[in-house]
Amino acid sequence: MPDAPAVVVDDVQKRFGDTVALSGVDLAVAEGEVLGLLGPNGAGKTTLVRVLVTLLRPDTGSARIFGHDVVTEASTVRRLIGLTGQYAAVDELLTGRENLRMFGELFHLSRREAARRADDLLERFDLAVAGDRPARTYSGGMRRRLDLASSLLIRPRLLFLDEPTTGLDPRSRSAIWDITRELVAEGTTLLLTTQYLEEADQLADRIAVIDHGHIIAEGTGDDLKDEIGGQVVDIVLTDAAQRPAACRAVPDADLGQGDRNLRVSVPAGDALQALSRVSLALRDAEIRVRDVGLRRPTLDDVFLQLTGGDPSATSPPEGTASGTEEGVA
Amino acid sequence: MTITERPAEEPRPSDPRAPTSPAARVYWQARDTWTVTKRNLRHFMRQPRLLVFSTIQPVMFVVLFAFVFGGIATVALPEGTEYIDFLLPGLFVQSAAFRSTQTAVGLAEDLERGVVDRFRSMPMSRAAVLAGRTLADLVRSLAVIVLMIAVGYLIGFRFTQGVLGAIGAILVVALFGYLMSWLFCWMALHVPGAEAAQTAGFVIVFPMVFASSIFVPLETMPDWLATFAAQSPLTHAADAARALSIGGEALRPALLTIAWCVGLLAIVIPLAVRRYRTIT
Ligand SMILES: Nc1ncnc2c1ncn2[C@@H]1O[C@H](COP(=O)(O)OP(=O)(O)OP(=O)(O)O)[C@@H](O)[C@H]1O
Ligand SMILES: [Mg+2]
Repeated sequence: MPDAPAVVVDDVQKRFGDTVALSGVDLAVAEGEVLGLLGPNGAGKTTLVRVLVTLLRPDTGSARIFGHDVVTEASTVRRLIGLTGQYAAVDELLTGRENLRMFGELFHLSRREAARRADDLLERFDLAVAGDRPARTYSGGMRRRLDLASSLLIRPRLLFLDEPTTGLDPRSRSAIWDITRELVAEGTTLLLTTQYLEEADQLADRIAVIDHGHIIAEGTGDDLKDEIGGQVVDIVLTDAAQRPAACRAVPDADLGQGDRNLRVSVPAGDALQALSRVSLALRDAEIRVRDVGLRRPTLDDVFLQLTGGDPSATSPPEGTASGTEEGVA
Repeated sequence: MTITERPAEEPRPSDPRAPTSPAARVYWQARDTWTVTKRNLRHFMRQPRLLVFSTIQPVMFVVLFAFVFGGIATVALPEGTEYIDFLLPGLFVQSAAFRSTQTAVGLAEDLERGVVDRFRSMPMSRAAVLAGRTLADLVRSLAVIVLMIAVGYLIGFRFTQGVLGAIGAILVVALFGYLMSWLFCWMALHVPGAEAAQTAGFVIVFPMVFASSIFVPLETMPDWLATFAAQSPLTHAADAARALSIGGEALRPALLTIAWCVGLLAIVIPLAVRRYRTIT
């Protein structure tokens, strides 16, 4: 079935005892697409991935991979997918090379082919030097790379990456991102889960936000940002002590994350006017600012608003993002 | 990273070959099993605990039992039988039974490790993880028996029924050990975790080993115990190995052992494989 979508999930539910891990998930991924599945701890990301890779049976609902049902046609599905799970699934007592050879043989490559692929992958994933050490001695980043390499002994049409960069340093993370982009360029369809908005934004064509076991929003990063409203005027004061005065000068400002931050939400189509109004008011009140600018909500804002509970529809997003940006400033 | 300097054209099969005929299925199952067997044999070599368990411990048992109980046990043995000759074939069975508890522990550990998740998401034979483990244990069993024979020879043990008898004794014990491995695999698939598997293993194996003809002739036991022990497959296996090693009625215990093993394997293998497929 070459024309079937890569993934179709239809009302999948899964509970563990009293815990509802998935409460009716619907999702579709087209072939060649990169879907980022974004959600906080316990949202059900791993559970959904495990259903899709045939490790868990859904209680109700169905899921198809390239048109093949994950329960009734599990062995066909396994031939089409690769999995890099949340926790590295490599054999700790075997060396990196032995791991890759073993998985290659289990993917039914010939011994020689498996050995050759293992060498290529070690090289490609910067593990050639460590290739003959037991995986037990690998660092977290090396282990993840070995794990990712293990799912690439054959070319999977659809690759699942469950939090591929959690716990990695920036360098290892960007290494994984580079590899991922290459795979996508080669035509691999990708379903990626992450808690990092930046990662979803960087890698994914489309993002699905999952929380409490169901998909609460779906779209491109831009769609999601638009969904929670327009732009904000972001103000960073030079002196935190002037914040009360600034608040009096701009009565509709909300406090931002840091103690020198203020934010004003901007009515649609009114951005420049709001910016000049705010600037003038601050100047007239003789408030010194380090930075005033228009910006769109970040995905962090989207994420927190969607999953966080109470932010009202009109108030500007408050979140850690501004804190982070201040840290950089 | 060298990711950018890869050869431009990288041949990579896009689809692992799907078995097209029953013969191909059998071939792939056998190959997957062998791949997993190799992995488990490497594990033995790399886990000091297992190496000790499978080498030093059986040697210690041979030496200690021979010298500690040799004095009193000879009284109960037929005229002219040395205890080491009586004991060693029994110890083959004892060590096979003890070793099978390690099968359970190893499998339970595997289930806790992520690598089995990868196996289960791959298009490989479903039975290979169990078949590979039990086959690796069989290989190890044979090696340990050879080691025990070597140590036995140093302290006076001799085969008296010829090479065929010796080989027969080894094969009977290996078959028995293979059954035990599968039984304990099945058990490990039902208990939570490696420690539980270890405990359960010993609680079952310990009394079974002593309530048998492994260490002493049944005639020395109280009637109720002798009656029970006479039915034990461990007794059959020990009697068969002993008769094939040093003489005596071999056919009956050998046939009983084979019947037990083939009968139980026919039940426990499908049960264990089914269980492995369904647990998550
Ligand atoms: N095997 C299990 N037994 C019991 N509860 C489980 C099991 N697996 C998952 N859960 C529960 O299901 C819910 C969803 O878990 P899941 O692992 O899918 O979340 P996640 O989105 O992957 O979280 P994280 O970001 O922390 O990895 C959680 O409440 C979790 O406790
Ligand atoms: Mg998870």
